[in-house]
Amino acid sequence: MKLDAKIPAGPLADKWTRHKFDLKLVNPANKRKFEIIMVGTGLGGAAGAASLAEMGYNVKAFCYQDSPRRAHSIAAQGGINAAKNYQNDGDSIYRLFYDTIKGGDFRSREANVYRLAEVSVNIIDQCVAQGVPFARDYGGLLDNRSFGGAQVSRTFYARGQTGQQLLLGAYQALARQIGAGKVQMYPKTEMLDLVVVDGRARGIVTRDLTTGKIESHSADAVVLATGGYANVFYLSTNAKGCNTTAIWRAHRRGALFANPCFTQIHPTCIPVSGDYQSKLTLMSESLRNDGRIWVPKAKGETRAAGDIPEGERDYYLERKYPAFGNLVPRDIASRAAKEVCDDGRGVGPGGRGVYLDFSDAIQRLGRQAIVERYGNLFEMYERITGENPYEVPMRIYPALHYTMGGLWVDYNLMSNLDGLFVIGEANFSDHGGNRLGASALMQGLADGYFVLPYTIGDYLARHMGEKPLPTDHPGFKAVEKETHDRMEKLLSVNGSRTVDSFHRELGLLCWEFCGMSREQTGLEEALRKIPALHEQYWKDVKVLGGNDELNQSLEKAGRVADFFELAELMCHDALDRKESCGTHLRLESVTPEGEALRNDDDYTYVAAWEFSGTGKPPTLHKEPLVFENVELTQRSYK
Amino acid sequence: MNLTLHIWRQKNRDDKGGFVTYPMEGVNEHMSFLEMLDVLNERLIEKGEEPVAFDSDCREGICGVCGLIINGVAHGPEKKTATCQLHMRHFRDGDVIRIEPWRSRAFPVIKDLVVDRGVFDKIIHAGGFISVNTGSAPEANQTQVPKLYADLSMDAAECIGCGACVAQCPNGAAQLFTAAKISHLGYLPQGQPERYRRAVRMVAVMEENFGNCTNFGECEAACPKGISIDFIARMNRDFLKAKLTG
Repeated sequence: MKLDAKIPAGPLADKWTRHKFDLKLVNPANKRKFEIIMVGTGLGGAAGAASLAEMGYNVKAFCYQDSPRRAHSIAAQGGINAAKNYQNDGDSIYRLFYDTIKGGDFRSREANVYRLAEVSVNIIDQCVAQGVPFARDYGGLLDNRSFGGAQVSRTFYARGQTGQQLLLGAYQALARQIGAGKVQMYPKTEMLDLVVVDGRARGIVTRDLTTGKIESHSADAVVLATGGYANVFYLSTNAKGCNTTAIWRAHRRGALFANPCFTQIHPTCIPVSGDYQSKLTLMSESLRNDGRIWVPKAKGETRAAGDIPEGERDYYLERKYPAFGNLVPRDIASRAAKEVCDDGRGVGPGGRGVYLDFSDAIQRLGRQAIVERYGNLFEMYERITGENPYEVPMRIYPALHYTMGGLWVDYNLMSNLDGLFVIGEANFSDHGGNRLGASALMQGLADGYFVLPYTIGDYLARHMGEKPLPTDHPGFKAVEKETHDRMEKLLSVNGSRTVDSFHRELGLLCWEFCGMSREQTGLEEALRKIPALHEQYWKDVKVLGGNDELNQSLEKAGRVADFFELAELMCHDALDRKESCGTHLRLESVTPEGEALRNDDDYTYVAAWEFSGTGKPPTLHKEPLVFENVELTQRSYK
Repeated sequence: MNLTLHIWRQKNRDDKGGFVTYPMEGVNEHMSFLEMLDVLNERLIEKGEEPVAFDSDCREGICGVCGLIINGVAHGPEKKTATCQLHMRHFRDGDVIRIEPWRSRAFPVIKDLVVDRGVFDKIIHAGGFISVNTGSAPEANQTQVPKLYADLSMDAAECIGCGACVAQCPNGAAQLFTAAKISHLGYLPQGQPERYRRAVRMVAVMEENFGNCTNFGECEAACPKGISIDFIARMNRDFLKAKLTG
């Protein structure tokens, strides 16, 4: 299979402008004749569905939640990047582009990332016009803060709830189109499979989560905006319902899955408190602006944080990375935390935590300033841990947070399957081996508001005059039956273990062998253990209740079955990539100082995996990454 | 700690439903309330009993999908805390806890503790937005917004749409939810062109579906985000002005 990323020719800064001119258009009267399916209504999906409907297309949008306003984009805290240079501190589109490429450890496409930086400025304009109440200064102008991986202040924020406010903006735009009848909204409806006929995506099969009804939906194009797959690790900062099913089912139907092993571990989460733990809670990375990270210098320290004198504290990020200090990128901050804990200097129960201390900031800025910046985060921390972070330092530890990998897409955000587009976290396109903070919101909205509406038109224009397949077509009927049978099968096993107990075990395997560091022997072991556990799952899982009602265990059971297969692919990918890059640390490939060591000669490619059948090893296709503008360097934040 | 739970079980919308008692042993104080229910569900499944259906997703107090009436109070005993952020350290060994779904005619029970809040979305569809198509926005810093108004707007915008205000209100009124959106947009210059039209349209859908406000103030007390009932007064002013001036 030849992978064509369809990157336009010409100078980097002109590519998108030229490409927009070259794309075919659909005239306003013809837009009404097309149907588009949008699966997922988070930032990317809601923005995309609203924008497409505003242009005149007919959109059917689906989400598993009871309302699009609940998508997990809502939980993003810190902010959204944009190259506005309002702070006059030397920011530019090129700098945002460069920071993102470098932050991703040179494993993303130049052209995609440049476009992302380019449209970032439009996103802020759009959001402000929608009524997103971004933070402002006393002059009434927009405020910015700094964020990990950058030396300029380009992050726009709405208290500690930026994701919430941006999602509500997109949700309101979507609501307006639902009210106008241009979007038909299907909440509490989960996509369970993709229908592909003759290599083209023609629709989806869904399950109504309230009634269990399996139904087909047909359209001229299908867009997946279903987010990431961090929940393969069971414990992550993702919402409980986040899952891989939509993209995994598309993968099984032929869509390539790119860089699945690029999974991001966020450095500032609240540590695990017990084996009943159901998820992990993130503390925004923005806290690293004012908080200082440290551990005791001595192993086995038993004194309370406040009793440890300044001289006996190790501010290890400031020590190791004087230029960026506490603001090094996420992968580096996470690994450094693991290192000091592995060294026996971790704090809190089990020694899996480091301090994030605000006492200096409170002294410097006053308590009120800290309340304004992080008040809600401090409250959240206190609610969960019972400790007051104004008085004692927070305890934090890294946790799974985001997945850079996802379905392979070309520059138009279309997968290798005709008519299947993938946007936001669900695709692989912009973050390479590591995503910088405040860039997920940027990418979701860029794809939804400013990229997809252009590129999907080009695809549709090429299919002018064609009609969507009727849903009684044999292609739909076959998938409907498969979907129904799979649900029945899960219900019929009636074994002895709950879905969650399997999911937890799978998560631990992933965390141990494919987590913060990976090596050949471990990955090989995982590739033996995961399929064995998967096999046991289908023999011993216990799912009660029926298929034709609200059945939360059944929903979970289907998702976990897909996580098993994804976990295997993730390990295959991690095994193939014998270099370290970004969040992917292969213990066989580190610098003498223990930092990630890339191997540009052999691994400057996107690993795009093809599904070869259940139980068969996947097939690797490589898309070489070509860098015409930036020089590949060893990342340094010292 | 050991607890006794009385949990509302209801097979579906048409079922009458009722309380079932579950002894709950070995609860850790660091568990969240929902994690305690997770543990109960694991035990039920192992015994071959159907688990208790309840909604939850983000489990960090922001998605707004969780919501239980705990001992008669929406989201339980802690102020400004969504159910998912409530931890067991606020309970004591031997406590008896009564757990119910949101009680409101506008939010029918789907199963056990899960209710249908779709009608909230309808209020937003009616006008809870600023009409601006993608691509037509002016430069973001072109319009200055006084910090005071930006902050007030944000105070209102923090609503998570959980429905605790309705569940706690003796009248089942949705004034706080509706007023929060009207105020979020109405405090901003961008929201002015549609300000009065918005109020009229949203209030119309609200009144069709929910009870009337008689100033109990239970909504503000139950709100996990502490949204102020001052916004209701503001909504009423906008609505009245719109009606008077046509």
